[in-house]
Amino acid sequence: MDEEYDVIVLGTGLTECVLSGLLSVEGKKVLHMDRNDYYGGDSASLNLTQLYRKFRPDLSPPAELGRDRDYAVDLIPKFIIASGELTKILVHTDVTRYLEFKQIAGSFVYRDGKISKVPSNEVEALKSPLMGLFEKRRAKKFFEFLQGWKDEDPATHQGLDLDKDTMQTVYNKFGLEPGTQDFIGHAMALYLTDDYKTKPARPTYERIVLYTSSMARYGKSPYIYPLYGLGELPQSFARLSAIYGGTYMLDKAIDEIVTDADGKFIGVRSGNETVKAKQVVGDPSYFGAGKQTDGKVRVVEEGKVVRAICILKHPIPGTEDSDSAQVIIPQNQVGRKNDIYIACVSSTHNVCAKEVYIAIVSTIVETDKPELEINPGLQLLGTIHDKFVSISSLYTPTAPGTDDNIFITRSYDATSHFETVVEDVHDVWQRVVGKDLVLKKREDIEAQA
Amino acid sequence: MSKQFQFKLVLLGESAVGKSSLVLRFVKDQFDDYRESTIGAAFLTQTVTLEDGTSVKFEIWDTAGQERYKSLAPMYYRNANCAVVVYDITQSASLEKARSWIRELQRQADPSIIIALCGNKSDLAARRQVSEEEARKYAEEEGLMWGETSAKSGEGVTEIFTEIAKKLPKNAPAAGRGGPGRTGAGARSGVDLNKQANAQGEQNEQCNC
Repeated sequence: MDEEYDVIVLGTGLTECVLSGLLSVEGKKVLHMDRNDYYGGDSASLNLTQLYRKFRPDLSPPAELGRDRDYAVDLIPKFIIASGELTKILVHTDVTRYLEFKQIAGSFVYRDGKISKVPSNEVEALKSPLMGLFEKRRAKKFFEFLQGWKDEDPATHQGLDLDKDTMQTVYNKFGLEPGTQDFIGHAMALYLTDDYKTKPARPTYERIVLYTSSMARYGKSPYIYPLYGLGELPQSFARLSAIYGGTYMLDKAIDEIVTDADGKFIGVRSGNETVKAKQVVGDPSYFGAGKQTDGKVRVVEEGKVVRAICILKHPIPGTEDSDSAQVIIPQNQVGRKNDIYIACVSSTHNVCAKEVYIAIVSTIVETDKPELEINPGLQLLGTIHDKFVSISSLYTPTAPGTDDNIFITRSYDATSHFETVVEDVHDVWQRVVGKDLVLKKREDIEAQA
Repeated sequence: MSKQFQFKLVLLGESAVGKSSLVLRFVKDQFDDYRESTIGAAFLTQTVTLEDGTSVKFEIWDTAGQERYKSLAPMYYRNANCAVVVYDITQSASLEKARSWIRELQRQADPSIIIALCGNKSDLAARRQVSEEEARKYAEEEGLMWGETSAKSGEGVTEIFTEIAKKLPKNAPAAGRGGPGRTGAGARSGVDLNKQANAQGEQNEQCNC
């Protein structure tokens, strides 16, 4: 540990591993450390032993759940949206060669007490109970409008301006019912609240386009998922980093972020060793997690998420026996401000034993009784074999890091996919490197070498 | 057409025993005296054709240095069909390390994995610290294949990979889809991200082997 590095990365969550991989490819000398003896940090997938160590340290996993090694239980419930930015990074860095993906079988939405499939094609849309006949016609006109939109062709705008008119104005123009608005805004644009309605329509338009193009890509749902769990994603980017010279140390205590008299980063102390580097990047848990460290509050809490990892012995009722599914409970349906999400995967994705399903119910905390807030989600699951509930703070850095060379990533939020994680990667990259992240194909990189 | 199989092979062993050199000799028939620690050499493949015409393609995973601080990811062992655990015949401590890697494999990898113990640097026999008898006896006790190699001269290199190729079970589906390894994009059972990128008009190869 007597060498000096360009960048020390703390924590092996997905955000940190993508950054570490890209920084190494860029030619930076990276040292990547984690206090845990496993990869993934808060975005890890755990086997049963690790899961129990985390949630029930005094107990050992029951034998009836099957072999420890068959399990890879995600700590955060997210899927990869097929046409999204994470897919682009996976393809461009070529880490897809370490991974295998499967589709998520279906996306469902809760309405008036029951679950319906979000239509994945026109035939399904025509049969869907989500809309009446006349509403279907109006919705068809709305989607045709979105599909036909061309910025440079005013004839496609139908008198609307996506940058000025609010989404509510667009809904009103097509006469869409509130239930349809819920469905579009929450099950397709994947907004967690209704705030988007009073804002310009463009971001919503872009989200719907992302959703529909992702849906069109593989068919059944807009999502794909890596076999053996989400924890494979950080591992694959860590491998990319290592291949380009990154040094990896797991199970390493991080005792102090060492700074000079001006507060600028010098190095990281572990025990009585200090490793020096020009910059440090890390997840909020290494920088006080909301508390003061070394006289500074480096990250603050923006909110909390409650997540319940549920072990089931059956598919989620009403999901057509899907081996995997997303179920969205829009906030209006259950009198909340934030949606409740359910993400379910199974042995089809090599994350648990046969005949076992892992469903994670989550939402943003609104009250002082978070466990009660997820009840509408839990009630949809049928018999819950076992349940692990956690409440996590969402942290965001207080400073950009450009003054002190300390760059902190954000916690994993309540959204259902990784798009905000990629936004954070771009944001941190810009601050660390001083220029925008441009993805290069790995073949091109290797050709240069 | 004769049968083709594909298997994932992982390399293990202490730093500087010559893991990457061994692969470089096997795959490209090259040797570099002053090879730095593994950088950029990620993912190599080499095909061995057996006497009966069967061809066995190895998809070779190098540790990329992640073994140095015991930080190899579970992904590394996942679905590995065979492992070459390397020690340096001039360093008896490296055989001790090899033993601990073999224990790790027995714990982490699929129970059916074929393990070959490989004593490298046989060109430096004058400085030998590990006798052939000692290593062979240990290999026999543990049910491992064993051989000595010199990545520098090339001695024994093809032989050990060919022996592994012979021993691998050939009952898996043929034609580029042998073990449950993860290459051969077109042959995957799941979705192929690269293929879709093609459909969108991006430049990309069909197969990333």
